[in-house]
This record gives sequence, C-alpha cells and structure tokens, in this order.
Amino acid sequence: MSDEHLSASLAAGAEDGEGRWAFGTGFEDPLHGVDTTVPDGVDAGALAALCLALGDDALVGAQRLAQWTTDAPELEIELALANIGLDLLGQARLLYARTGQVDGTGRGEDDFAYWRDADAFRNVRLAELPRGDFAFSMARLLALSAWRLALFQRLAAAPDPVLAAIAAKGVKELAYHRQFAADWIVRLGDGTEESARRMQAGYDEAGPWLGELAADTSADALGGDAAGAAAELRQVWEETARAAGLTVGAYPAHPGAGRSGERTEHLAPLLEELQSVARAHPGAAW
Amino acid sequence: MTETEAPGADALQEYFDATIARDQRVEPRDWMPEGYRKTLIRQIAQHAHSEIIGMQPEGDWITRAPSLRRKSILFAKVQDEAGHGLYLYSAAETLGADRDDLTERLITGRQKYSSIFNYPTPTFADVGVIGWFVDGAAICNQVPLCRSSYGPYARAMVRVCKEESFHQRQGYELLMTMMSGTEGQRAMVQDAVDRWWWPSLMMFGPPDDNSPNSERSMAWKIKRHSNDELRQRFVDMTVPQAEHLGVTLPDPELRWNEERGRYDFGTPDYAELMRVISGDGPCNAERVTRRRTAHEDGAWVREAAAAHAAKHTARHTGPDRTEAAA
Repeated sequence: MSDEHLSASLAAGAEDGEGRWAFGTGFEDPLHGVDTTVPDGVDAGALAALCLALGDDALVGAQRLAQWTTDAPELEIELALANIGLDLLGQARLLYARTGQVDGTGRGEDDFAYWRDADAFRNVRLAELPRGDFAFSMARLLALSAWRLALFQRLAAAPDPVLAAIAAKGVKELAYHRQFAADWIVRLGDGTEESARRMQAGYDEAGPWLGELAADTSADALGGDAAGAAAELRQVWEETARAAGLTVGAYPAHPGAGRSGERTEHLAPLLEELQSVARAHPGAAW
Repeated sequence: MTETEAPGADALQEYFDATIARDQRVEPRDWMPEGYRKTLIRQIAQHAHSEIIGMQPEGDWITRAPSLRRKSILFAKVQDEAGHGLYLYSAAETLGADRDDLTERLITGRQKYSSIFNYPTPTFADVGVIGWFVDGAAICNQVPLCRSSYGPYARAMVRVCKEESFHQRQGYELLMTMMSGTEGQRAMVQDAVDRWWWPSLMMFGPPDDNSPNSERSMAWKIKRHSNDELRQRFVDMTVPQAEHLGVTLPDPELRWNEERGRYDFGTPDYAELMRVISGDGPCNAERVTRRRTAHEDGAWVREAAAAHAAKHTARHTGPDRTEAAA
C-alpha cells in the first residue's frame, strides 16, 4: 500500500457525504425525493401532531443516551448506547421532516429541535427524566423501546405511506434496543446484591411513568392501537422483571401527560444544553 | 526435549529477522523477541488509550451540536473512536496483554496517550479543527502502520485509517460550512486553527535527533517513517487545504521551498510537548480523572455481568456434573 494517496484531494472539497458511515450523517434533508402528499382521508393535523410527538420522544431519548458518552461501564456498552442514540436521532430527523411537510409550515428538522421551547415539546415525560444510573437507563430504555416497537409495528401499516416507511425502518432498530435493555436488566437483576438493588430501584423509578405511555391514544386514528401497545408494554415489562427476579409494584401513575404539554422540571435544562450553540449564533451555517 | 525437536534461540531469532527482512508479517503465534513484544504492547496500548481519551474533548459537544446532522456525525465519530480503542486493545491482547491491566495503567497514569488530547475544546469550531488537523495527523501517522510488521496491528490500522479519513473530511467540511457563515463563525474557525496548529505538529513526537525509541521501532518495521518526515508530510498536506479554506496558519516561518519541493516551517515548542507528556498540560488531570471515575462508577455493572455469567454457567452445568468432574 502506498502512503502517498493520503494527501488526497481534500482541498477540492468534501461535499459528498457518505451515507454508509452512519445513518443520518450523509444527508441534509432526510426525506429528499419522497412524495410528500398526504393521502385522502388522513387528518393532516393529527398526523403532524403524531409525527412531532414521536420525533420529540426520539430526540429527547437520544439526548439522554448521549450523556453516557465516555461514561459507560465498558467499551462494548459505550458502542451500543451510541448505536441506540444514533438510531433514535435518525428517527427524530425523519419524523420532524414529515411534520414540517404535513403541517404546512415547511419547517425543517432543526426548526423543531432548536427553536421550540420546552412548553412546545410533546414527548412522554419518561424520556426527559435525568439520565440516572445504568440500571435506571436500562429500565427506561426497555419501557420506551418496547412501547415504541409495539406502536411502530402497527404504524408500519399506517395510511400515511411516509409514516409507515419511517415506522417500518424503526421496527428493526427498536427490536435491538428492547433486546439490549432486557438482557442487561436480567444480568443486573440476577448479578450481585448491589446490582439487584439498583435494578429494582430503576424499575420502581420508571414504573409510575408507564401509565402515561399506555394512555396515549394519539396514534389510534392513524394506524396505531393504544390498547394493543399498552398490553405489549405491560407484558414485556412484567416478563423481563420475572426473568430478572424483580418485583413489579402497583405503581400509581403520575398525573398528567407529556403528550398534552405537561413537563417535568428536567426538560428545560436538557433543551437549554441541546439548543445552546444554535441559539447563540442566529443566522449561522452549520 | 532435544535440540532437534525445538529450534534454539538463535534459529528463532534468525527466522524472525528473515521475516522482517522479507517484509512479511509477524503473527501472534510466531516467536518474537521480548523487546519487540514489549515495544508493540506499549505502542498499541498508547494508541488505544489515545482513542479512548480522545473521545472526551469532542464528546462534550454531542449534546450541544448546533444541528441534528452535525449531532449525528459527531455522535458517530466519537463512537468510532470507542470502536478503534476496542480493536486496538484486542490487538494488544494478541501479544499477551490484558485489557483490564492496560486500563488500570491508563487510569493510574502509568501509560501515556497522545499529548494532543490534553488541550481544551472551548468552541464548536474545535470539533472541525480536530477533525481536520488531529485526524489528519493521525492519518499521516497511521497509514504507514497499515504496513507494520505485526499482522494484527497492521490489519486493525487498515480499518481505523478508513474511518479516520472520513473523520478528517467531516471536520474539514464543517469548517468550510462555517467559513461560509457569519463573521463570528469565521473568527471562531481562525481562533481554533491558531490554538490547534502547534499542538498538532507536536503529535508526531520529538524531533528525530531526540526520539529514543524510533530507531529500534524502524529497524523492526513497526514504524516506517521518522517523526520529522511524518511532520513534514502533514505540513505539506495541510497548507493548501488552509489556503482553500481561507484561514491563516500561525507560523511566520511557513513558506514554500522551491528547491526542496516542500514547505519550510517553524519549530514547535518541544519544551511544551515534554511538559504535556509528563502530565502538566492544560487538561491532563481532568482527562484521566474522568476516565478513572467512569471506570470506577461502572465497576458494579461489570461485576454484575460476571456474577450473572458465573451463575448462568453453574445453572447450566448443574451440581451433578460439577461433582462428577471433581
């Protein structure tokens, strides 16, 4: 192999992104070239609201996973959490792009991510809770991925073909996220005294936020099935607990819902960090 | 055991020397001199540590990246670095090293990593300049290592270099975009260039007349080019890129030398390099402390995984079989 090619034509410009590197790194417009028409009979307002809410879940979830960077218990976990975060970021970008097409505003992904305040976000509140320890992170990841997978499996047949395609792509990713979380919950639940205690605490902390997921019916008119997704979430949550030797409490659900705009005190600081550079340089090109 | 069954030390050394002379690869099962093994473990471990510590200066910007595309790119880049660390620790393990032991050496300061990661990253332009300079310098250093005499290291380098070249391109592309933005962004880029240029030149190590390990590594073909030669290549590669980008490299002595067909450039502050290497750089303590804290905070997870694996094996082996085996 020659060393000489290393000074290759960087100076000539490097505009051509390589999509193969990681999803979402090689394009500016995730839905470029896609037919953006909303099919007859689909309520555009409801579709935009659903895409926005699912996009917010993914963005906020990815931001919490990014907080593990350089801090994971081992390198293999570091790689896996980054994979999951990147998957969610990719989902958020597709969903925001669809939202901007359908709501008639023409807003792009960055308008949704960087230029809305906390009160305009519609993610479920479980996603915005602080990162916590690895046990809580796995409990939250299990709940969010099991629920989202159940929802996306149904939305893969949604009447809106763009949402259906986004969901179908997400199904493969979410199946891995759910597996990763469940495997770790079993390891931690069965591992040492300390890990079992922490895993139980993680389950107990996430538990009261599950009711909000189960009660979300916003996808029902668009191919979703809240009752079906809720049942699947409950089953995965309980089966994983059994395999891990954990107990599932009768959690009283926290009142309110992120989907209707109620927030915990944790979202605003998360967004402040996420949006800090973009907002400090209005009119800048990135 | 008689002499006809096992070759003597001289014969092994001769075979090793002939392998190196023929430019063939030494593989994990082959006999190798202890010095060669130790030199490689040290170099590969330092390289792995550099990848892992190198995640920190840029990793801090993932949560703040100013567009979702930049966030994806940076997240993927930092993940690649973790992956490189993993391949390299694995390559070191083929020489008999142990990952836990190497990690312990890193977090107790007994093994080094690249001096460059001890500099701070105060602005988002630093992400671009790190890609352009630091990954560019890494490529200059590492492309020749794809022909290193030790097989697993050379093969790991092929994959690492492919990814590094993409990292360099994304950094440069970010800077091109920023230079087309606001006046404030252009100033940010120039400021980052000013801060990173000299530390990047120092990445190639001390000058050749003061590089104690280089000569032997070159004789063993672990290393293929001298520090100064690689530094020159980096300068020659980077100057036209800087011109295209529209930034000034902070070196008044930098000029094209028609006779040599290469750029002349000033001398980096090697006293600063020695200070940073010996632990007195702007961020040494912070970087190592952070790695140590993460490692210690994660101990309960690793212990749990080991305990679960042991219980799982015991359950599947069963008491009867254990007794029978005993």
